[in-house]
Amino acid sequence: MRNRFSKKIHEIFEKQNNLMFLTGDLGYNALENIQETFPNRFLNAGVAEQNMVGVAAGLAYEGKSVFIYSIAPFVVFRCLEQIKLDICIHNHPVFIVGNGGGYGYGIMGATHHAIEDIACLSPLPNIICWVPSFIEDVDYCIEQIIERKGPAYLRLGLGISYPNKIEIGRINQIVKATEELKITIISQGPIVKSILSAMEGLSGIDLFTILTVPLTSINENLLTSIKASRKVLIIEEHVERGGLAEHLIIQLVKMNLGAIQYETLSAKGYPSKTYGNQEFHLQESGLDSNNIKQVVTKLLNQ
Amino acid sequence: MIQLLLRKNLLNLYNNANCGHIACSLSCIDILYVLFENKLDTERIILSKGHAAGALYVILNYFGEISDDELSTFYQNGTKLSAHPSANSFKNIPFALGSLGHGFPIACGMALAKKNDQSSEFVYVVMSDGETNEGTTWEAAHFAVANELSNLIVCIDRNRLQGFGKLTDILGDTADKNKWESIGFEVFEIDGHDIISLSECLANCKSLTTNRPKLIIANTVKGKGVDFMENKMEWHYLPMTGDQYKNAIMSIEKNYHA
Repeated sequence: MRNRFSKKIHEIFEKQNNLMFLTGDLGYNALENIQETFPNRFLNAGVAEQNMVGVAAGLAYEGKSVFIYSIAPFVVFRCLEQIKLDICIHNHPVFIVGNGGGYGYGIMGATHHAIEDIACLSPLPNIICWVPSFIEDVDYCIEQIIERKGPAYLRLGLGISYPNKIEIGRINQIVKATEELKITIISQGPIVKSILSAMEGLSGIDLFTILTVPLTSINENLLTSIKASRKVLIIEEHVERGGLAEHLIIQLVKMNLGAIQYETLSAKGYPSKTYGNQEFHLQESGLDSNNIKQVVTKLLNQ
Repeated sequence: MIQLLLRKNLLNLYNNANCGHIACSLSCIDILYVLFENKLDTERIILSKGHAAGALYVILNYFGEISDDELSTFYQNGTKLSAHPSANSFKNIPFALGSLGHGFPIACGMALAKKNDQSSEFVYVVMSDGETNEGTTWEAAHFAVANELSNLIVCIDRNRLQGFGKLTDILGDTADKNKWESIGFEVFEIDGHDIISLSECLANCKSLTTNRPKLIIANTVKGKGVDFMENKMEWHYLPMTGDQYKNAIMSIEKNYHA
């Protein structure tokens, strides 16, 4: 997704002169092209993330739209107060880009993981968190973020391409049940590839992805699926508190849809207190395709 | 005399509101006056030491941006004038400030934008000396030098007292001239209550042709003008009793020769 991001930014920077890009001294092998083509609009702000957020706010006040880039935990947790006070309450067009959301940085360890980022950012005023699931979502997210001209967070990971061509929106149906619908699975982020793999050989499942938290509305397509299946499984590479599941379930409960069974699969932190690659951590949290398959099969047979 | 008038208005404001942050407002009110008197309409002044909001409100009232009626709502429910500045109501209060260490980075961003746009305007930021404890102050300081923000004028209100003790007793003198010079700032050290010196210093800052950002270390007195408040940390927090208000007015009238 990072290369796609870099390519898209380059393309948009050629058309829009008021865009700026700041990095917290990261982006090796990804951002060089932007740096070389737009030397006056690309700036390495150094290993000083809090200052970078403040600088971006000042630039935004003067009419610029500003991307700020780092590894997800550094540009979220370290500068949360700056994000809230300098950007969000003023509704400034500063677009925070966190690379390697979730367990994306794997064996780099807990310092480099961001499994509570959506929970920290999504309650702040005016901000929308964007979590692309497939590579092509990145283009859509960037276009929407720039057009909205308000605070945004873009969480990048290692994604795959869409299995089928669709018109991308905030809510996307990836798989439509061919037989009698029994489960609606809703997910967010590159974890969707594990879900697709888990679904091989299973039927009776609708799969949706949602690109944003908070979600302003639930579209008719998704609602119809939930009303028909009455069984919702939400899967995310984020802790259960404050992520997609919590946001979505609150909205659905408020809609008085009657009895609906909700299940969630989410990041559990470091249950064995040992460390490994991204797949290892996903497995520890039950987010690997084998476990997803077991959970889904159990729900199908209930 | 302007210094007497502004101080009278400030004491009146805090007396009506029955609240603290008087001494730290008295220490920077002369600096703010000189900056606002000299600024161009579209130039920005960032009061990063947001706890001195009272001084900012009195100055903006003096220059006509905040009406007397509006000013009288200070500290009341439903006011736009909270104890620390809230943004989005007045042109010259561009950001909500009060958590220390935020204004300097923001001012760097503004200065960078103006530089990129080849504007000849300056950006001003007023910090407390205690605020130089903050890590973001040093991040921003190096950023300003590295990016040659010569259009940035930082002013430290150096009253030598911070929230719970003397500056030099806590983390050392983080507002020390040598430290800032060694980073690469053009540093001026002056009397922060002398309006003529402040004005001349500001003119000097603007006339320099180097690529360095500027720092004015304004040596000030916390509670300046009110004898019983001067250099007393407690007057960062205390509201005045009725008698203290009367004494404070008498004190400034004596000190500023009414």
